[in-house]
Amino acid sequence: MALSDKDRIFTNLYGLHDWRLPAAQRRGAWDGTKGFIEKGRDWIIEEVKNSGLRGRGGAGFPTGLKWSFMPKQSDGRPHYLVVNSDESEPGTCKDRDILRHDPHTLVEGCLIAGVAMGAHAGYIYVRGEYYNEHLVLQAAIDEAYAAGLLGKDACGSGWDFDLYVHRGAGAYICGEETALIESLEGKKGMPRLKPPFPAAVGLYGAPTTVNNVETIAVVPTILRRGAAWFAGFGRPKNSGTKIFCIQGHVNKPCNVEEEMSIPLRELIEKHAGGVRGGWDNLLAVIPGGSSTPMIPKSVCDDVLMDFDALREHRTGLGTAGVIVMDRSTDLIKAIARLSAFYKHESCGQCTPCREGMGWVKRMMDRMVEGRAEVAEIDVLEQVTRQIEGHTICALADGGVWPVQGLIRHFRPMMEERIAAYKARKGSPIPTLPMAAE
Amino acid sequence: MATDVSTGNEIPQPESFSFDEESNQAIEKIVARYPAGKQASAVIPLLYIVQRQMKRQTGSAWVPTKGMDAVAERLGMAPIRVYEVATFYFMFNTRPIGKIHLQVCGTTPCWLRGSEEVFKACKDAAHVPGYGQTSADGLFTLTEVECLGGCVNAPILQVDDDYYEDLDYESTVRLIEALKRGERPAPGSVIGRQTSAPVGGPLTLIDVPGE
Repeated sequence: MALSDKDRIFTNLYGLHDWRLPAAQRRGAWDGTKGFIEKGRDWIIEEVKNSGLRGRGGAGFPTGLKWSFMPKQSDGRPHYLVVNSDESEPGTCKDRDILRHDPHTLVEGCLIAGVAMGAHAGYIYVRGEYYNEHLVLQAAIDEAYAAGLLGKDACGSGWDFDLYVHRGAGAYICGEETALIESLEGKKGMPRLKPPFPAAVGLYGAPTTVNNVETIAVVPTILRRGAAWFAGFGRPKNSGTKIFCIQGHVNKPCNVEEEMSIPLRELIEKHAGGVRGGWDNLLAVIPGGSSTPMIPKSVCDDVLMDFDALREHRTGLGTAGVIVMDRSTDLIKAIARLSAFYKHESCGQCTPCREGMGWVKRMMDRMVEGRAEVAEIDVLEQVTRQIEGHTICALADGGVWPVQGLIRHFRPMMEERIAAYKARKGSPIPTLPMAAE
Repeated sequence: MATDVSTGNEIPQPESFSFDEESNQAIEKIVARYPAGKQASAVIPLLYIVQRQMKRQTGSAWVPTKGMDAVAERLGMAPIRVYEVATFYFMFNTRPIGKIHLQVCGTTPCWLRGSEEVFKACKDAAHVPGYGQTSADGLFTLTEVECLGGCVNAPILQVDDDYYEDLDYESTVRLIEALKRGERPAPGSVIGRQTSAPVGGPLTLIDVPGE
């Protein structure tokens, strides 16, 4: 069962139509918003809970539950909504299309989410590189103000809500919610220790909820069409529609909004023109952005694209950035390049990450050449276990998982590379047991 | 005097920096977005303003130390807090760059689709020896950047603020030749794709209510 166009939320995903307010309204945006606000925050949160919506930024935390953590009454501090549009997970480019082609889904979602969490102000943190996209978003917000949909008495609902765009400046770590808050406060993007969680102490020390763009942007349609409609797609606990970014060695890379729990093979063949050279030419897929471990073809044959099915295979849906690699791929190099990415993006606050990402990168560079001993594959694996879970945020976890996935599924490839090096050059120059160079 | 860590050379700093009229107008709007007393939030936007003003005035988009000091003064921050931010975030150039900034995405999704060819084309056509360097005529600076978030249109070259997508060696050379002639081709896919839709046209969103 494939999703039909009438059930797609992002009807202008490809920018075929006008993104401006009148056209967005023709496609259904801003319809009945006032009525939703008047039904109150408890009703909104209940609907979102019943829809089964889970966060679209990678972690998959239930959205309604997250919103319910915000204090019911203000203790004098303001409440803030912060939207995470720092889309930087390699393989992910879905929020970009929402910002530039369907910005009113997000702007309307911000107002509704603001009501649900008692917030009168929201900040949308857009990654610095999305310069043109942030201009479109700002223009959409300006239109909404001019039409009385934002600002004082937004939509005539009696609720005051201000919405601002804030651009980042090229730091992957600012996609981590507390680093994003630090950055928004004008500091280096270094994650905070939790607890306290942002719902208690967030932006400017006030209760704050940080949500992904796609999470917020689907909410108005959920309210319009009903929680049951959204919950009707995908398997239980994995409900809804989702934007997938299909890329790499496929014939027709694309973004597409599909039903959750769609089989990976169907997703690739139906929407992305299939794997280059045919399905049997597939080697491995990174299913949910760079932090999720790869799965070999044998798993790809019948795995479903949702949180729980991918978790069973020790990977994840993440951001649903599907990176396809065919048999021509040097998988070790593909992962080594990701290790370089995480080294570059480590904020340097926690020692296991600051030192570890560089160590892993240098080790992976040697694995690409094969200039290593077979036993060092075990050392590499053990060190990734020492890094994982020993840092403030999940960057280091995401940095070592791809390496673990490579070793788990393609260790023989790494051993062959080492054997080939030895055959060519004799044993590698002896290295100290733990040195990566 | 700041030193270029990659070369050890001193970075030639301007003797002074002050915001011009255009910058001042933009600053006023930006600072108003944040609550009273929280104007430090504007540090990233103001550093962008410095970088843009330098581009207007000198042709090179970068943030000199005096510019950071001007931001600190305007926002009532200790200068070191601004230096920290300016050096933490990758998009602030803390040394002068060429008139046009070529930024090649080299992360795995672009690498799988041929970012090495884009890099090679940049070196050949823009006459830049490698990453982090500037062509002898001062026209191009070449930088390797991490994932630009346009992965279904890989490989991508970001030229200043604009993304050029679905590139290969030849199309990158053509793009750079056009830039040399002072042209700015329309950004987006260079093979005529409709943004993130599959090649050959959308397979979904054919029948959209309201359109």
